[in-house]
Amino acid sequence: MTVSQDSFVEALLTPDQPVPHGLSDPEGRAAGKRFDVYRNNVAVSLTDALETAFPVIAKLLGEVNFRNIAGLYVRQHPPQSPLMMFYGAGMPAFLSDFPPVAHLGYLPDIARLELALRESYHAADATPIDPAELQALPPDRLMTSRVTLAPAIRLIRSSWPIHAIWRFNIEDGAPKPAMAAEDVLIVRAEYDPEPLLLPAGGGPFLAALAEGLTFAESFDAGLSTAPEFDLAATLGLLLTHGAITKLEESP
Amino acid sequence: MLDASPHSFDRLPAAPGVGYKPQHFQDIRNDPGPVTWLEIHAENFMGDGGRPLAQLRALAERFPISVHGVGLSIGGEHPLDPDHLDRLARLVGWLNPASFSEHLAWSTHDMGFLNDLLPLPYTERTMFRVAEHIDQVQNTLGRRMLLENPSTYLAFDESDMSEIEFLSEITRRTGCGLLLDVNNVFVSATNQKTDPISYLNDFPLAAVGEIHLGGHDEDTDEHGAPLLIDSHGNPVVDPVWELYRHTIVKGGAKPTLIEWDNDVPDWPELAAEAARAQAILDEMVA
Repeated sequence: MTVSQDSFVEALLTPDQPVPHGLSDPEGRAAGKRFDVYRNNVAVSLTDALETAFPVIAKLLGEVNFRNIAGLYVRQHPPQSPLMMFYGAGMPAFLSDFPPVAHLGYLPDIARLELALRESYHAADATPIDPAELQALPPDRLMTSRVTLAPAIRLIRSSWPIHAIWRFNIEDGAPKPAMAAEDVLIVRAEYDPEPLLLPAGGGPFLAALAEGLTFAESFDAGLSTAPEFDLAATLGLLLTHGAITKLEESP
Repeated sequence: MLDASPHSFDRLPAAPGVGYKPQHFQDIRNDPGPVTWLEIHAENFMGDGGRPLAQLRALAERFPISVHGVGLSIGGEHPLDPDHLDRLARLVGWLNPASFSEHLAWSTHDMGFLNDLLPLPYTERTMFRVAEHIDQVQNTLGRRMLLENPSTYLAFDESDMSEIEFLSEITRRTGCGLLLDVNNVFVSATNQKTDPISYLNDFPLAAVGEIHLGGHDEDTDEHGAPLLIDSHGNPVVDPVWELYRHTIVKGGAKPTLIEWDNDVPDWPELAAEAARAQAILDEMVA
């Protein structure tokens, strides 16, 4: 009796399925609980990986709920590569489509924020431009320039107060979140990603910059959503946190 | 995006090392105590940059590094994942570690990566496949690898050779070395009701390039028989230290790793385990 890896896996991921024939204990009896060791290792290690990856989601749902939901996710979306540090990329979409948490509309965006923090943590290192380089440009030349953002930069735009919710669950004494649409920019000055709340218009401005549009075009994108958009302040934020790695003037 | 390679060491010293955990970075830099080399899990250093690679670079300047893969699925029925092998070749090419090792196990299937070291039947069919995969890894990396004996909880009825016969023949066919995990020997022998001393006496110790020591959990199966689980979350138990001493007496001093992956203790407790291994190695010299 041979046991294929197909049948091993099928039994592994379906706890109520019988253990494949041909797996035994030293007395030649069927390997019941011994097979369960593998079942348990797989389920627990993958669920643990998700709990490590989404600490704020776990806190919002409570540990028991989170582990139940993660257990479902693990069965439907097992990792597609051995890089466990990136496991869970499908979690935002999974949460969006999961009716029991439909009343927590902000969950998928919080999951996107937590995913982006991990991506940022593992992103390539890069040397930011000297702020003086940008400050030295006359305004007209700056406005027709484009930038490259550091590999660790992530922009998360949301119609929920994701920055406030994230902070409230991470930081002791953080203010209680109030309803607002919040755009978050993740920066990584050295090795620790930090989510910054963008001022009004900052989200569309950065989305445009990241797409490779000029400062003028990106400024318009910011202004069209928020007339009070403050270009100088947002630029200051980018420079302070080393977010820009290249500045290119239009030919 | 990896920059210039750090310093590289030719080989692991026949002395204690530990599995590297980021929370110990400063402790190791300040005072490594008896720890002379470090082992990393390859998959944790396959990002593009950031703190993990920066820490690895800093440590590699000072300590010989062993790269230990946990995700190649060498025993898998399907071809090795070419993307994963590329990532490994990139890491090993950059780091030029003192050693590379992987497991006699499988973890990847059509449906995904299962994040556990799953068992294999010891048959000619498995042998052919594992040897082919090891050849591919050694050719891709341009170096000899070490293959680790597994912890097992059950046996395949179809197995028609012993684990020792299997491992000995694999080393003969591929030229690979072996990583002898003494805790795995104890766990498997208990679970399979075999004698760990005779296992060690038959083990091809000349092929062993590294030893692992770790902790396990104790349970029982549904018939009340002992069932040990390889958890790497506890101190090494006395019977495993005795088996280690037996191994060293018979096979000589070898690079010896304390493997502690779950419920990782503070540095002094881990360093104390390494000191215990050092004391046993010292007995042999005395």
